[in-house]
Amino acid sequence: MNLSIVRRTLAPVAVASAAALVLAACGSDPDTGNSSNESPDGDNSEGSDGAGGGDLSGTLNGAGASSQESAVQAWIAGFQGQNPDVTVNYAPEGSGAGREQFTSGAVAFAGSDAALDEEELAAAETACGAPAVDLPLFIDPIAVPYNLPGVDNLQLGPVTLANIFNGTITTWNDPAIVADNPDATLPDTTITPVHRSDESGTTENFVEYLAAAAAEAWTYEVSGEWPADLPGEAGAQTPGVIAAVQAAEGTIGYASAAAVGDLQTAAIGVGTEFVEYSAEAAAAVVDASPRAEGRAENDIVLELARDTTESGAYPIVLVSYTVVCTSYADPAVGDLVKGYVGYVASDEGQQAAAAAAGSAPISPELQAEVQAVVESIEVG
Amino acid sequence: MSVATKPAPPAGASSLAQNQLPRYTTQLVLVLSIAAGAGLSALFGGFSIVSFAVLSVLAFLVVNTVLSGVVEGRRKAKDKLVTGLVYTAFGIALVPLVSVIWSVVDNGMARFSIDFLTTSMRNVTGLNDQQALEGTAPFIGGAYHAILGTFLITGLATVISVPIGLLTSVYLVEYGRGRLAKAITFFVDVMTGIPSIVAGLFAAALFAVLFGVGTRNGFAGAVALSVLMIPVVVRSSEEMLRIVPNELREAAYALGVPKWRTIVRVVIPTAISGIASGVTLAIARVVGETAPLIVTAGFTSSINNNPFSDWMMSLPAYVYSQAMRPLSGSSPQPSFDRAWAAALTLILIVMLLNLVARLIARLFAPKTGR
Amino acid sequence: MTTTEPPPTERPAVARRPKTRPGDRIFSRSAQVAGILILVILAGVAAFLVREALPTFTADPSEIDGGKGFFSYVWPLVFGTLAAAVIALIVATPLALGIALFISHYAPRRLAQGLGYIVDLLAAIPSVVFGLWGIQWLAPQVQPAWGWLADNLGFIPLFSGPASATGRTMMTAGLVLAVMILPIITAVSREVFLQTPTLHEEAALALGATRWEMIRMAVIPFGRPGIISGIMLGLGRALGETMAVAMVLSTGGFTWSMVTAGNNTIAAEIALDFPESSGLKTNTLIAAGLVLFAITLAVNMFARWIVSRRSEFSGAN
Repeated sequence: MNLSIVRRTLAPVAVASAAALVLAACGSDPDTGNSSNESPDGDNSEGSDGAGGGDLSGTLNGAGASSQESAVQAWIAGFQGQNPDVTVNYAPEGSGAGREQFTSGAVAFAGSDAALDEEELAAAETACGAPAVDLPLFIDPIAVPYNLPGVDNLQLGPVTLANIFNGTITTWNDPAIVADNPDATLPDTTITPVHRSDESGTTENFVEYLAAAAAEAWTYEVSGEWPADLPGEAGAQTPGVIAAVQAAEGTIGYASAAAVGDLQTAAIGVGTEFVEYSAEAAAAVVDASPRAEGRAENDIVLELARDTTESGAYPIVLVSYTVVCTSYADPAVGDLVKGYVGYVASDEGQQAAAAAAGSAPISPELQAEVQAVVESIEVG
Repeated sequence: MSVATKPAPPAGASSLAQNQLPRYTTQLVLVLSIAAGAGLSALFGGFSIVSFAVLSVLAFLVVNTVLSGVVEGRRKAKDKLVTGLVYTAFGIALVPLVSVIWSVVDNGMARFSIDFLTTSMRNVTGLNDQQALEGTAPFIGGAYHAILGTFLITGLATVISVPIGLLTSVYLVEYGRGRLAKAITFFVDVMTGIPSIVAGLFAAALFAVLFGVGTRNGFAGAVALSVLMIPVVVRSSEEMLRIVPNELREAAYALGVPKWRTIVRVVIPTAISGIASGVTLAIARVVGETAPLIVTAGFTSSINNNPFSDWMMSLPAYVYSQAMRPLSGSSPQPSFDRAWAAALTLILIVMLLNLVARLIARLFAPKTGR
Repeated sequence: MTTTEPPPTERPAVARRPKTRPGDRIFSRSAQVAGILILVILAGVAAFLVREALPTFTADPSEIDGGKGFFSYVWPLVFGTLAAAVIALIVATPLALGIALFISHYAPRRLAQGLGYIVDLLAAIPSVVFGLWGIQWLAPQVQPAWGWLADNLGFIPLFSGPASATGRTMMTAGLVLAVMILPIITAVSREVFLQTPTLHEEAALALGATRWEMIRMAVIPFGRPGIISGIMLGLGRALGETMAVAMVLSTGGFTWSMVTAGNNTIAAEIALDFPESSGLKTNTLIAAGLVLFAITLAVNMFARWIVSRRSEFSGAN
């Protein structure tokens, strides 16, 4: 028979499978120092043992925004640390994919940079058997890093910022920038604005801010995609933008504040003062923002106050939602979602994300609101 | 290559015993060219490696060809020119290839360890990375779950695609006549043009229909990869089967060997080296796919050794997420290190597979004159 | 479609077998089934693609990205895709053939095997790594060259300045693609070169041919269909490559210049925008994928046509 042929061509496969079998016997989870069966050695306080009861088990799958990924990893680690028999997975496919997976019932929760729209709410209600709700659990300030050696503490008003990014201002010693920075010596370097090449929630929030705070200078459509006819360079994802800003002098970009590293960032004009980004300043603008209208009582969707003039508020923030059902038919899944989202909304969860991902913790009031919604989730 | 086209040899020399340059000429010209290249490069506004290399190579090609043309005749000169060009092409190609490999090895070795290979990422957060950078905690988190997933998913994909692909190419080369064969040839070509994400979405949709919404597991990933892999297997093995000389087949038929036995015993073994190379190429083509695997096999930081249930990680997805979305935005270096180490692992895995495929090809290939 | 396999009629020289053996029947049938399975899979993919892409063509043009309908959305992407692939092929094909010849006919045998092995290996490096390499190593290296092109040859639209400050241009993306497809073209051509009948080669050499004449007259004609196949496989990867282009290229609107930021390819556009897209945008992206599909199809048909013109060199006919 043609067995020998089969043997020949499939041998690499056989070897691979054999290797996989061998592999299967020798892998383990790393000792992270925050799993509950570990001896208490105290240097890692948020791995507090037994806080969540630890009686949950099973697998919970979620999908969605990649902006939250590092925070979600921290939440998953914390939650799994409390419940060693639980595995939570999060596929960072993007907000759109996450909402679609959620509304078709493929995953139990979603992460999304935008709240569900009406159509999606209706689809989600069909999939869940009850209304779905958006919970704002991740606040990420968006910083404006720039690469201009010799110029520290750059200050940019909203209109100047918009004109830089729309290509109207092309050199660093433009009068508009000088007016914002009366004390700085600005070189005549050409400005290279750097934007995200992928469609992203970061871009959408940044553009939304420009459109709200500098409406006359920024007339482009607000979407997750950068207007194609504007000049400048593009980078894929956050590291792409950071790498481009690092690579050449005269560049300026926008990126998740946690990722800017040792690049300098511009202070943004709010009202009459210039505000550096910080977790508190970002949380402040979220607190100053009203709830979106026409939403259910427990569907916490924020209408961010981009044009705020409140002192100490940093208006360029990304708020990313965790989307869950208000009722789960499968008690196994429901208990896990309740436990997981409860952990995320807890002080512990918010601090874990702040420490690991550099996000801004949500305020205690918002926490309380979210906890109330989580409590009301029906299981079974 | 008629003798008439050859330029007239110097008087008195026959076409067989024409002038020949001494064997060491080439080496001599090379050394002189390198010296000249260095000199010229220094002359033209400062020495640089690039201009040095370009000038040396140009000098060598020109001098060697002209010298040979004058002494040995046009045909020999042309031969030397082409030899020079082939070596040059090889040299040029080495630069990026070595650079890529060097990048991976150099960056990958930083975190490549037994620990990296045998632990997963479960419960590892950005905080661990920050502490590791500060030196207050050991570096933790490996790629075991992803390595396991890559082995299982790619292995399954190979099990699906190689038989289908090889049989199809046998059909096309040995049996296929008429409309069906034409259609298959045509559509295999079309298949090479499927964007990988589309293959992933297709497999995801298929599994949603067959096994319920939201079904993601290693097997779905293997199906998605098979869609990408089959055309490469068909195309390369078809080519390899086609160049098996007809004399071999005819000799077998003349001895009364049935056709299928001829194919299995004569045609495929003759082409086995090429087929093995093609299969390795096909595996290599899909082993680095990210997007189709995330939508079909999911994304996890925990170990899963059952490809038929629950989400499964793969090495490329691991590399991508660690490189593009570091666990800790403020201290991304540990994540970047993991990405490089995982890329190194991936290359080592393919190297291993390649080695095995070649060994097997050599063991079973018929003895030839080569 | 044929349902019963006729006895082999194409070889009058071989005695026809009056009785079909069961082994033959089973084998030929299973080969045929494998082929048909491929058609079924492809039909599935095509049906899926068309179903998902359809809303784009029926939608109001103003709702498509860019607001001017699908065609004006997709043609710059088509241009970018072809530009990147053409640059990659122009760079990679001669180099790949050079390496393949080097390995098969020039290098000492021991060295050749090792080299062949390394080249195969390169095909396995994940595209993310090529992307990282392109950004970190290649782009800074080639940036001055693009600056020089823009300064000195700027009157040609392809090189009009100002050159990108980071070097992340279409030319750079094309070079990265060239490095990526180099191993594929090399591997396939090398295999067919090695399969050249030794008798042909020895005959040529015995007639007094130089090594190059032997290669030109025996090796290349014999290997031509294989070379074209290899180039097509490489082109397929170049056209469909997503991550490397997405990471290296500073994408943007359409421009003729290959040395400034701008342009995008279909595959990279899908990779960059698909994750965050929803609704009609998703359909539009899949429709762009369908266009990519059509381009690959056309290119492959062209290649098949060339190969068939030269089919007299193919051993099996």
